[in-house]
Amino acid sequence: MTKQVITANRLDDGLAVFYGLDGQWHSSVSQAACVEKGEAAENLLANASNEENQLVVVGPYLIDVCGETGTLEPVRYRELIRTKGPSVRPDLGYQSN
Amino acid sequence: MYKYDDYDQQLVDERIEQFRDQVNRRLSGDLSEEEFRPLRLMNGVYLQLHAYMLRVAVPYGTMNSAQMRQFAYIARKYDKGYGHFTTRQNIQFNWPKLVDLPDILTDLSKVQMHAIQTSGNCIRNTTTDQFAGASYDELEDPRPWCEIIRQWSTMHPEFTYLPRKFKMAVTGAPNDRAAVAIHDIGLRIRRDDQGDLGFEVMVGGGLGRTPMIGKTICEFLPKEDLLSYLEAILRVYNQFGRRDNKYKARIKILVHEIGAEKFAELVEKEWEEIRDSVLHLPAEEIEEIQAHFNPPAFEVLPAHSSAYSEKVSSDQKFAYWVQNNVREHKQQGYAIANISLKPIGGIPGDINHQQMDLVADLADQFSFGEIRSTHEQNLVLAHVKRDDLYDLWQRLDEYGLATPNSGLITDLIACPGLDYCALANSRSIPLAQRISERFGELDRQHDIGKIQIKISGCINACTHHHVGHIGILGVDKKGQEFYQITLGGRADENAKIGKIVGAGLSTDEVVDAVETLINTYLDLRENADETFLDAFNRVGETPFKEALYGAGKK
Repeated sequence: MTKQVITANRLDDGLAVFYGLDGQWHSSVSQAACVEKGEAAENLLANASNEENQLVVVGPYLIDVCGETGTLEPVRYRELIRTKGPSVRPDLGYQSN
Repeated sequence: MYKYDDYDQQLVDERIEQFRDQVNRRLSGDLSEEEFRPLRLMNGVYLQLHAYMLRVAVPYGTMNSAQMRQFAYIARKYDKGYGHFTTRQNIQFNWPKLVDLPDILTDLSKVQMHAIQTSGNCIRNTTTDQFAGASYDELEDPRPWCEIIRQWSTMHPEFTYLPRKFKMAVTGAPNDRAAVAIHDIGLRIRRDDQGDLGFEVMVGGGLGRTPMIGKTICEFLPKEDLLSYLEAILRVYNQFGRRDNKYKARIKILVHEIGAEKFAELVEKEWEEIRDSVLHLPAEEIEEIQAHFNPPAFEVLPAHSSAYSEKVSSDQKFAYWVQNNVREHKQQGYAIANISLKPIGGIPGDINHQQMDLVADLADQFSFGEIRSTHEQNLVLAHVKRDDLYDLWQRLDEYGLATPNSGLITDLIACPGLDYCALANSRSIPLAQRISERFGELDRQHDIGKIQIKISGCINACTHHHVGHIGILGVDKKGQEFYQITLGGRADENAKIGKIVGAGLSTDEVVDAVETLINTYLDLRENADETFLDAFNRVGETPFKEALYGAGKK
């Protein structure tokens, strides 16, 4: 089973964010709502892309993840970098917190 | 340097207010992202992996100290304390907030800068020789012509929605440091048989997934006809360039598909219609623009300076910096100083706000307040008195800006890659850092000599990897970063696309592979004066390929 979460960039500052079960956007992928690829994922994406969310984020899309709730990690390296920050600047991005 | 007139300032200021309104409407929901995206892009605002990115135009790579100080201020106030000089002589800020962008643009306009046309399918910043107006080999300063092109192409109503982006470069010297042959239009100032100066016009150069060297369609274009001829080229491209396929939309594809001769015919036909129109450049207008670029008030200095010679003989570190980073100036007693933004193991092109302030101060103190950015992601102080070089070097060294590696193997070019860029497939910067560290020892760099390594994180080829002596392209292979090597490319007056040498190499293999190539070169070169590129051209790719992959393998 492929697990997916929804990510986007926040509208006002552009930072990478993840769509939570509470319908809010979070800065940590571990707080993302994780669903099975397919209909459940598409339904979640439809919610995340509604008019209200378009005032909060830009371009929501689904990404594959691995791990369990609380320790979720994107599968693709590109997305992993988004959850952390530039690999060459550990002092920048979420990884610096 | 060119200074805005009232029209320039009004145009920029009005554009900022439009953008401020557009941002507000996006934030309030009156504009959708689909509607807003092209508007923000026209103002240089991208959305990258981690945040928005603002690309600010540095017209033809020339800026003054006040502008550099404003970059430092913007980096401190709105960003994370640094900026990144690009391979198109511009600067990028990687972390601005959308809500701050109108204010950033306002702060830029106070020093006559903007981000207009740094994105989108329009005519982008015209690039040129970083030594313009200073180099001994120059026929004429190309920057007035870049400025004339800037004024003509800024918000040109006919060319705001071209089939694809459009880039021009101009060189005023026969030794091409502006890589004109790999631009959509490349202009080379040259003399005709009567000794008059004009332009050789090349079209259809470009890299990306279909790399091509530009073709000359006009051997000699009189200066006064420059704009009408450019307009004719753009009109032909705008009419016949492909809009059905993004990957075939650049002018190089059109020139390739119909042939340079046919393309030239179409341009000539169009040109005849508009040659004597308002686009004809009167001599007095050319002179008016040229006056902005008059040489600074050089002092009359002796040919020899014993004080300078003494410093070179007594301080080996300074002597190395002079040997590698200082170039001959056309004015006796002056020199061109390259400021390396490639510290060993550092991020190519990055500069922090303290360094920006320092460079601004040093420009004021030593180089008539003027600074250049280079397409090789470095900076230049173009007019430094030879006797000031030692003081300049000491100050640069205090701030980590005196790496003596200009033109050497650690002066490598790398795009932001997957660490920042939404288009990238793989990282470029970590590879650049590893290569820099592997070859960081200066004696070894001197032994290897002049060489250009260019690393791109995707096929868009922002670093021009196809024309690197060693080009490295990052690709994604089933989620893993792989690197494809090309050899023998060059971006100078003998521009040539490099050849792919073999299968892609893993992250673990690629630095060793570069070292293998270098060792192969060192083994087979005829003498220490034969450069990597000369040796490659003499022996061909086979020895290098065999060294990398073994004899008989592909």
